[in-house]
Amino acid sequence: MAQEAIQQSGQKFGQEAVFEASEPLALDCGVSLHPFTIAYQTYGSLNKDRSNAVLICHALTGDQYAAAPHPITGNPGWWRFVVGPDLPVDTDRFFVICANVLGGCMGTTGPTSINPETGKAYGLSFPVITIRDMVRAQAMLIDHLNIQSLFCVIGGSMGGMQVLQWAANYPERVFSAIPIATSARHSAQNIAFHEVGRQAIMADPDWRQGNYLEDNTHPAKGLAVARMAAHITYLSEPALHNKFGRDLQDRKEITYGFDADFQIESYLRHQGSRFVDRFDANSYLYITRAMDYFDLPADHNNVLATAFRGTETRFCVVSFTSDWLFPTGDSRQIVQALNAVGSNVSFVEIESDKGHDAFLLDEPEMFTTLRGFIAAAAHRRGLQERDFQGEVSK
Amino acid sequence: MPSRGDLELIAGIVESSSRVLDIGCGDGLLLDLLAKRRGVDGRGLEISQAGVNACVARGLSVIQGDADHDLVNYPDDTFDYVILSQTIQATHRPAEVLQQMLRIGKRAIVSFPNFGHWRVRLYLMYAGRMPVTRSLPDSWHTTANIHFCTIRDFTALCEDQRWHITQALALKSDGSRAGPVGGWANMLAPQALFVLERV
Repeated sequence: MAQEAIQQSGQKFGQEAVFEASEPLALDCGVSLHPFTIAYQTYGSLNKDRSNAVLICHALTGDQYAAAPHPITGNPGWWRFVVGPDLPVDTDRFFVICANVLGGCMGTTGPTSINPETGKAYGLSFPVITIRDMVRAQAMLIDHLNIQSLFCVIGGSMGGMQVLQWAANYPERVFSAIPIATSARHSAQNIAFHEVGRQAIMADPDWRQGNYLEDNTHPAKGLAVARMAAHITYLSEPALHNKFGRDLQDRKEITYGFDADFQIESYLRHQGSRFVDRFDANSYLYITRAMDYFDLPADHNNVLATAFRGTETRFCVVSFTSDWLFPTGDSRQIVQALNAVGSNVSFVEIESDKGHDAFLLDEPEMFTTLRGFIAAAAHRRGLQERDFQGEVSK
Repeated sequence: MPSRGDLELIAGIVESSSRVLDIGCGDGLLLDLLAKRRGVDGRGLEISQAGVNACVARGLSVIQGDADHDLVNYPDDTFDYVILSQTIQATHRPAEVLQQMLRIGKRAIVSFPNFGHWRVRLYLMYAGRMPVTRSLPDSWHTTANIHFCTIRDFTALCEDQRWHITQALALKSDGSRAGPVGGWANMLAPQALFVLERV
C-alpha cells in the first residue's frame, strides 16, 4: 500500500494543525465557549476551486489521527484502510480533514483544557456538549479553511451522527454524505451501556468528582472498566467466539480464582489498560453524553424526514449485519426518511461477522461501496482525474 | 441470461425527465440507460450486494432491499413510473408488490416471462419436467422464480384488481417488441410487457 510506503520511508504523512477560534462557540446548553481550539490533521491538497475537501468525523474514542500514526500509542491511524493514496478516500485526489471533536482530549477544547476563568482544568465545569455543538465547531474550522462546500462528510458510529447533523444543518455545504453504522437517535440500550461506563468512572475513588487532574490522580480503573464494557458492544458474538472461544490464557486448566483464566478476559483487560493511556475519563463522560442526547427526529417534531427536506446532498448509508449496537434497522430508518423527501440515497448492508467495529476493520465490501460512491460523486461534482494530474504524477 | 431487449422498450416508453423507481434493478443497466437517454431521475431497489455495489459505482442511487418488504416505506405518488422488469416471478406476494407500485407511482411497467408460451407448454407436456427455456434458464431447484404466470393470468389479475392496462406488448425471446397482446400472444410470446395505471 502506498501509504505504508510513505510511512516506512519516514516521510511525514498528514499535516498537524490547530485552529484557534476568534469567535465564541454558542452551545446547545446555553453557554458560550471562548476561547476554544480545534486540533486537526489534513492529508492531500485543496484544489483551485476548493471543491475536493473531505471531512472525516471520528467515533467516540477516535481522534484526528485517521491515517497518521497516533502520537501516544504509535499505532497506525484508526482508518488506515480507508484514508490514504489510492484508498477509498484517496489522499492523492482529495483534501482530507479530520478534527478532534469538541470535548475530546487530543488538542481540541474539552474538560482537560484550562478554564480561562479559573486558570485550572475545566473538569466537570466544562459545559455539557452535544453532537450539534461538535458540528458547529467543525463548521467554524471549515470556514477558517475557506471551504464553502465540502465534497464529502464521512464517518462511522458517532462520526455518522455528525455526518447526519452536518447534512441536516448545512445541506448546502455538504455535496455528499456517508453515514456508516450509525443512527439518527441514540437508543435506550446504547444510553444504558454508556451509563454503565460513566458509573464505572465515577465510582473510581481516583476520579475525585472529576478533579483528578488537580489532585494528580488518575481514574484508570474506572475508565478501563468503561472501555471493557463498551468494547464488548463493539464486537459480535461470532467474532468473540471465533477469536477466543473459551480458550484459556497461558494455562492448561482453570485456576478456581479470579485471574484472567480465559483469553477473552486478558484481551479485555489489555484493551482497558491500553485505552487509559490515550483517553481522558472526563472526556469519556462528556462525549458519551453527547451521543446519548443525539436525537435528530426530536429536533424536527419527531419526523426525521423533515431534517432532510429539500436536500440535494447525495447520501450513501452503510450498515453491517452483525452490528447490534447500531443495527441495520437504525440505518433503514435514515434511508426511509431520505426516501420520503426524494433525496439521492444509496444504502448497503454489508455482510460481516465483525460487529459494530467492522467499519474500522479490513472490510473489502465496504471499501468497494465507498470507492464506487465516492468516484461517482466526484464525477458528478466535476472532480475529474485531470484536476489531480499534478498530484498523481509526482 | 435472456437478452434484455425489454430494457430498450421500457426506455422508449418512459417520458423524459420523469422520476423512476426500478425494482430489482440488478447492476443498474436500465437506470443507467434511462438516465443517459431520457434524463430520468432514477432510484433503484436491489436485493444483492453485488448489484447494489455495481449501481453505486455507476453513480446511481440504489437501496439494498426487498420488493416484498420495502416498498411500504415509500410515500404515495413519489414516482412517475415504477418498473419491475423480469422480477415479478421472483416476488413472494406479486399482487401486493403491484399494489404498492401503483401506490408509490403513477404508472407501473412490468415485464415478465410468459409461462403460457408454447415451448413451455410443450416442454412440460412432452418432457414432463419443469421447463428450462431462454426466458426461464434455471432448473426448478435453483431458480429464484416462485410465482410464474401467463399473459392471461396477469391480465386476469389486473382486471380483478381494477388496474387499468394502458399498454400490453408481446415480446420476442430477446425482449424486443413482437406486437400488441391479443389473439395468440399467450401462446406465442415468450415474454410480455404491461404498463398499468390506477383507475
